[in-house]
Amino acid sequence: MCLAIPGKLTEIYQKETLRMAKIDFGGIVKEICLEYTPEAKIGDYALIHVGFAISLMDEEEAQETLKLIKEISEFEDEIS
Amino acid sequence: MKYLDEYRNPEKVKSLLREIESVTTQNWVIMEVCGGQTHAFLHHGLDAMLPSQIELVHGPGCPVCVTPLEQIDRAIAIASQPDVIFTSYGDMLRVPGSSKNLFAVRAGGRDVRVVYSPLEAVQIAEANPDKQVVFFAIGFETTAPANAMAILQAKNKNIKNFSVLVSHVRVPPAMEAILSSKSNRVQAFLAAGHVCAVMGFHEYPPIAEKYHAPIVVTGFEPIDLLNGLNSAVKQLESGNAVAENQYQRAVKFGGNESAQRTIRSVFESVDRKWRGIGVIPQSGWGLSPEFQMFDAEKRFDVQNIFAQESLLCIAGEILQGLKKPPQCSAFGKKCTPQFPLGAPMVSAEGACAAYYKYHRDVVYE
Ligand code: SF4
Repeated sequence: MCLAIPGKLTEIYQKETLRMAKIDFGGIVKEICLEYTPEAKIGDYALIHVGFAISLMDEEEAQETLKLIKEISEFEDEIS
Repeated sequence: MKYLDEYRNPEKVKSLLREIESVTTQNWVIMEVCGGQTHAFLHHGLDAMLPSQIELVHGPGCPVCVTPLEQIDRAIAIASQPDVIFTSYGDMLRVPGSSKNLFAVRAGGRDVRVVYSPLEAVQIAEANPDKQVVFFAIGFETTAPANAMAILQAKNKNIKNFSVLVSHVRVPPAMEAILSSKSNRVQAFLAAGHVCAVMGFHEYPPIAEKYHAPIVVTGFEPIDLLNGLNSAVKQLESGNAVAENQYQRAVKFGGNESAQRTIRSVFESVDRKWRGIGVIPQSGWGLSPEFQMFDAEKRFDVQNIFAQESLLCIAGEILQGLKKPPQCSAFGKKCTPQFPLGAPMVSAEGACAAYYKYHRDVVYE
């Protein structure tokens, strides 16, 4: 949960009082909160910690980080 | 060198390894703080490619691993009550408490749910006004902004059936505890990049100076890790000890200031017990007075639960860099990822689990 996951912002909207977005993690789409990165635009890549964008990053960095996460989650699958 | 081909840029990795080798003239002990980094070092086989004078030790930066046993027992006690929906990040369900884990509570018929974001726990509370909804708010500085926002939301929306079991920890006080210990072996730190994406690294220069230990903010890919090590070794060899940022693409000196403001509005610094290590002064965050009504420990009266760690488990020494997992008599025998005795064997970010997975069963003396 501590390793942030990068994804691509595909939709930005307001939900009650919070600025939210749809983010694409290589095919899996989730809702995340943009309150901490108000400058984010559609198409940007963001580092996501437990449903919150903490910083923005470039696409290449996002792809590399995704590889590492995949390895760790395969391990989680293996042991659960 | 069998793993080298997997890298995005093997030439760069090789040249960094050569550079590290050429600057290393003495023995150095360097700690990577974060469990994600431990996992990446071992996964890529980098630990085995480094000059033999460089010893990596694996820090306490795995929030699942350091959440104290009694806090797990408190979670289990709360989750076992009727009319409670207990919500948590998925990694916490397998962590062994004194007698069982949260999976067992769920198997016993109680309502234990994994949430991806703490905001989901708030939504569950809104949708189930006749239940008490509790969120297990654990983690380092990386999860604190999310957890703080969930609590703020519950307050703003006046959601009375929501509460949080808080066990937040912070990296800088743990670094200080390690460096000031009499038995300390750590001479330099690779600081956790994602923690710094939130917090920046303004807390590190005074620590680097006070203990004369280089601190290098480091990312998670092979090239990041080697860049971080290279800077740390260069500082050690030249007698420098400053805080340096090798993860500039994600980390600014000041970090994410709006996240920090929200954390400060909900939490205050408190003494916190770390699993295997003990109490480290001012090393965690707890709810500030204004948010006490969301404290699950008070709502469910579980403050008086105390617990005894497995006597075999040496996680405390491992998390402080004093011992390596294979030096534990239970490692790979009584303790495996399928049947973990201690938390570092449970989480993919735990040192014991990483050693087990990547067959680092050599005993270092
Ligand atoms: S191998 Fe298991 S028992 Fe030994 S220190 Fe690691 S978690 Fe504890």
